[in-house]
Amino acid sequence: MATATVAQAADWPGRYHHVDQVLEQPGPRTDEAWMPGAPAKSFRENIKILVIGAGGLGCEILANLALMGFKDIHVIDMDTIDVSNLNRQFLFRPSDVGRPKAIAAAEFIMKRVPGVTVTPYHGKIQDKGTDYYMQFTLVICGLDSVEARRWINATLVDMVDEENQDSLKPLIDGGTEGFRGQARVILPTITSCYECSLDMLNKQTAFPICTIANTPRLPEHCIEWASVLEWPRVRGDEKMDTDNPDHITWLYNLAAARAKDFKIEGVTWALTQGVVKNIIPAIASTNAIIAASCCNEAFKIVTSCAPYLDNYFMMIGTDGVYSYTFQHEKRPECPVCGGELLDISVPRSWTVERFIESLIERQDIQVKKPSLMSGAKQIYFQAPPQLEAATRPNLEKLLSDLVADGSEMTVTATTLPFNLNVRITYI
Amino acid sequence: MIKIWSMKKNEEQAAKKKPKTSAAQIRVQKDLTELELSSTMKTNFPDPADLLNFQFIITPDEGMYTGASFTFSFAISTNYPHEPPKVKCVPKIYHPNIDLEGNVCLNILREDWKPVLNLNSIMVGLQYLFLEPNPSDPLNKEAAEDMIKNRATFIDNVKHSLRGGQVKGVQFDRVVN
Repeated sequence: MATATVAQAADWPGRYHHVDQVLEQPGPRTDEAWMPGAPAKSFRENIKILVIGAGGLGCEILANLALMGFKDIHVIDMDTIDVSNLNRQFLFRPSDVGRPKAIAAAEFIMKRVPGVTVTPYHGKIQDKGTDYYMQFTLVICGLDSVEARRWINATLVDMVDEENQDSLKPLIDGGTEGFRGQARVILPTITSCYECSLDMLNKQTAFPICTIANTPRLPEHCIEWASVLEWPRVRGDEKMDTDNPDHITWLYNLAAARAKDFKIEGVTWALTQGVVKNIIPAIASTNAIIAASCCNEAFKIVTSCAPYLDNYFMMIGTDGVYSYTFQHEKRPECPVCGGELLDISVPRSWTVERFIESLIERQDIQVKKPSLMSGAKQIYFQAPPQLEAATRPNLEKLLSDLVADGSEMTVTATTLPFNLNVRITYI
Repeated sequence: MIKIWSMKKNEEQAAKKKPKTSAAQIRVQKDLTELELSSTMKTNFPDPADLLNFQFIITPDEGMYTGASFTFSFAISTNYPHEPPKVKCVPKIYHPNIDLEGNVCLNILREDWKPVLNLNSIMVGLQYLFLEPNPSDPLNKEAAEDMIKNRATFIDNVKHSLRGGQVKGVQFDRVVN
C-alpha cells in the first residue's frame, strides 16, 4: 500500500486547475475588495472547518470539501455504522459495520484524497464546549435531529463576542427528507438563525393515543402501541434504546402480534425500527444535491470569490422540481438571537423590588408583572404561586447580592412578545 | 470572509444578548410565570430549581369528579416547544380518557401539539377532561363503555373509584380526602 506516501505528496500541477478558475479572477458580483490568486487560495492552508454529522449528508459533505481543497477538516458524529447505511453512505464498507462513523469516514477520506487531514470525534456535539468550536472558521451541519441543530445554533449565537470578530462562525445547515431538501447559511446574530424558523418545521407524525390503544388501522399504529404503551407498562422505568436490536425485536414481536389480531399488514422489523427511531426516508441523490450546495456556499464564504446564499435555499422534488431561494427574516422575539439586550445601571442600594418597580416605570419597554431569572437562578417569579412564594423573600434583598456586576438577567412578562435581557451595571 | 463582520458593525442593534440559558428553559420560564390558573388548579415543584419537572394538581369543582384531587407529572424535554411535554396521571383512576398506566388521551399532548401552544393550554385541556369525559375517543375502553351504556352507573363507579374502591375487579387509588 502506497497510501502513506500518497497522503504526504505535495499538490501536483493542475490539481486545482478547475477550482482555481474562480479564484484567479473576480466574477461579475465579486466584492471589490477581493484579492484574487494567492490570498483567495490561502483557504487551503489556513481554514479549519467542522462537519457535524457523518451520515448521508456528512459523507457527501466530507468528500466535496476534500476535493475542493479544504485540507483541515474535523468531523463529529455520535453514531456507529449500521448495515442499512451502506446503500448511500459511501465512505463505509461492510467491514466497517459497528465502527464509529466519524472515524471510518475520516480514515476513508484521508486514504482517498492526498494531503487532507480529517480529525474525527466520535461522540455528541454537546460533549464539546466553546473552546472547541472557537477553533473553526465555519461549521457545516448534516444532521437529522432538530434538537442537535437547535443546540449548535444556540451555541454559535452565544459565542459571538462583540470584541472579537473571529468569534462569529458561519453555520451552514443542510437537511433532506425524501425528494425535499434545504440548505441555509446562518451568520449568527446577523441573519435569521435556526431557532427563528422553528415554526416552519413540519410536524412530526403522531397518532392519537386512543387510536393506538383501541382502533389501530395502520402498521405504524401497532408499532406505536408497542413502544408508547406496552414498553412502559411491561418494562417499567427501563429506558428504551432504539439502537439496541433486542429492544427493536421485542417491540416488533408485540407489534406483529397485534397487527395479526387486527388483520393489519405491513409490520416489519425495519418499519418498527424506522417508526421508533423516527427515521426519515433518505435518498442518496437528494443528499448529494443538498450537500453540494452546502459545500459551494462554504467555499464562497471562506474564499469570498462570489456572493453566497442569502440565506435559505429550498428544493421540493416531489412534484416535478421546484426550488426557491429567499431571505428568511430574523424573528425579533427569537429566544436565541432575538430579544434586546438592555444595559441598565442600578444603584447598589436597590432591592429586587425597587428594581422591578423601575422596570415597570420605564416607558421604552412597557413591561407589566416581570419575572426575573439570572442564568438558572430564579430571582423573582410572578407565578405559579409556589414559585412566587419561594422567590418572594428575594424582593427585599439587594439586587447586588443576587446578581453579579455585568451579568445578565432574562425578563419575561405577558406584555413582552418573548423575553428581554438586561445587563446590570452597579453604580 | 471579508464582508461578514462589517455587516455586523453596520447593524444598529449590534449589542446582542448572550443566552446563558437554553431556549427551552427561557420558554418554560415564560410559560410558567404567565400561568393563569383558577383555584381548581395548582402546581407543585418538588425541586423549585428544576422548572422542567413538576406536578400539576387539578381539584375539579364541578362535574362527576368533584371533590377529588388528581396529580399529573409534567416532564419537559430540552427540545420544548418543538416537542410537547410528557404528561402522565400519577394516581390510577377510572376515566374514559386516561388508562390504568396514567397515559392521557388529549389531542394537544400528541398529534395536535404546536409550538404556539403553551403549558397553560395543556393544563386547561386536562381540566376539561374532568368536566367533560369523552367516551367516543376512549383510552380506558371499559370506562368509556360504562359511560355510554348507563350514565348513572358510570357516575356511581366514578364515586366508588375515587374513594379507592374497585370497579370490575380493578383497584383504584383513593384521590379524595
